Amino acid sequence: MLATAGPEAARAFIEIGAVALVLAALAGVAGRLGVTTIPFYLLAGLAVGKGGVAPLDVSADFIGLVAEIGVLLLLFTLGLEYTADELRHGLRTGLVPGATDAAVNFTPGFLAGLLLGWDVTAAVLLGGVCWVSSSGIVAKVLSDLGRLANRETPSILNLLVSEDLAMAVYLPIAAALVAGRGVGETVTTVAVALGAVTVILVGALRFGGQLSALLQRGSDEALLLTVFGLTLLVGGLAQELEVSAAIGAFLVGLALSGPVQARAANLVGPLRDLFAAVFFLFFSFQIRPGDLFGALAPGAALAVVAAVGKLLTGWVAAGRAGVGRAGRLRAGGVLIARGEFSIVIASLGAGLADGQDLGAVAAAFVLLTAIAGPLAARAMDSIPSTR
Amino acid sequence: MPEVSETPLPGVGVRHEFVTADGERVAVVTHRTGRREIATYDRADRDACTTVLHLSPDDTRTLAELLGASPVSEAVSAVQQRLEGLAIDWVTVPTGSRCVGTTIADGAFRTRTGASIVAVVRGGVTLPAPGPDHGFEAGDVVVAVGTTEGLAQLRDLLVS
Repeated sequence: MLATAGPEAARAFIEIGAVALVLAALAGVAGRLGVTTIPFYLLAGLAVGKGGVAPLDVSADFIGLVAEIGVLLLLFTLGLEYTADELRHGLRTGLVPGATDAAVNFTPGFLAGLLLGWDVTAAVLLGGVCWVSSSGIVAKVLSDLGRLANRETPSILNLLVSEDLAMAVYLPIAAALVAGRGVGETVTTVAVALGAVTVILVGALRFGGQLSALLQRGSDEALLLTVFGLTLLVGGLAQELEVSAAIGAFLVGLALSGPVQARAANLVGPLRDLFAAVFFLFFSFQIRPGDLFGALAPGAALAVVAAVGKLLTGWVAAGRAGVGRAGRLRAGGVLIARGEFSIVIASLGAGLADGQDLGAVAAAFVLLTAIAGPLAARAMDSIPSTR
Repeated sequence: MPEVSETPLPGVGVRHEFVTADGERVAVVTHRTGRREIATYDRADRDACTTVLHLSPDDTRTLAELLGASPVSEAVSAVQQRLEGLAIDWVTVPTGSRCVGTTIADGAFRTRTGASIVAVVRGGVTLPAPGPDHGFEAGDVVVAVGTTEGLAQLRDLLVS
């Protein structure tokens, strides 16, 4: 088969190889600067996309499929991040900070969508984009700034857990809205999706141990393939039910716990990095640079409001843990960064009438908060404490 | 011992915390990867930690050893301080030993040598103060305290 692949494949290999090397260089730069790679990948996607400086010939279908796998692996690892105990604890204690978080961060995004004249579905998606902090960036910033032992840190991490759980409810609703049929059918789809989520979540919390013990026995190779297969299979089935493949993958991640969780995270991590890079690239690949430029103003305005929203959230969450003024501000500052989840949510709406605009605003918004968030978090260290 | 409080850090690991005799708060963050961080807290802002020491799993073992935290070395140093003239010895039970499959009581080691078996280390796990019905397996590391002669006799019995 390889021998007959012909000049088309050769051209594709050269292009993919070149793009991968550019991404590698960008990842290196990001690593040296100590910032996340997401904004860099988004900018790279812009450069190789429609109207960019070096448009690619490789079929968009191929990149699109790889990007879809990237979303699944990304959400699988996001679901994998927390143990069953942590989720249980999050369900019990995360209600007030979680609800505050949703209220002050989802609402401005939703209203901004309506103000931009979009339909309700696109506005709900922008609400989601605005809502969720990037657990990847937050965890990295906390670790880089040596704040893991700080007293506000558990409340920050617990908030990320409740956002994760909230996503298990939000994503099916958003997906059903995007599928956009009549009211009756949308309600049915949402009900089915939420039912499935509840069953899987309860099952994971109760029987996750057995599933994990079953998977734990095999070799690394077997585990990698099992986890990869399960993620794609469940994702595909979820898509068939019009629940969105992303949620299926996310739930597979939630269901794994115990020793197998750490092993799976280590094994899938490199694969996730590879596919997710393509996903971020593909996301902005579809955005015209002109659109992004036009979206900078609304994106920046939303970023300012969203920063205030997270400062409020941090203030409430850390305050409940008895943390002082400086710590409460630090908690808010570190939460400002949005990232992977926001892009996943925006990508759900790619097919909507306002999909192009939504993508552009989301990309601008994530670019700004992912860069400014960690800087703001760092700046909070200079706030004098009053206690 | 001061009270140690434990706080889970979702996605990261766990934080243990205690207050030293001098009133300083010390935290140890144990990452899921086994990496550890040691932090103390700012006097002005009690919520912020200041100095942080990063330790790999190996570093942690080294530091624990230096601090005398391993149960065996702690027990031994206590015994040595109390009883001058006593020595400690570590004897590995070889595969062909006649002791494999027998118990401490069977060997009547204290009666015969005067040396006491204070701990047995098996597969990296330390069993402090094993009872008389403890059975030996090949590869057990026997930790014993006694006079120099007594320990030499015990060694002969365990390896023969």
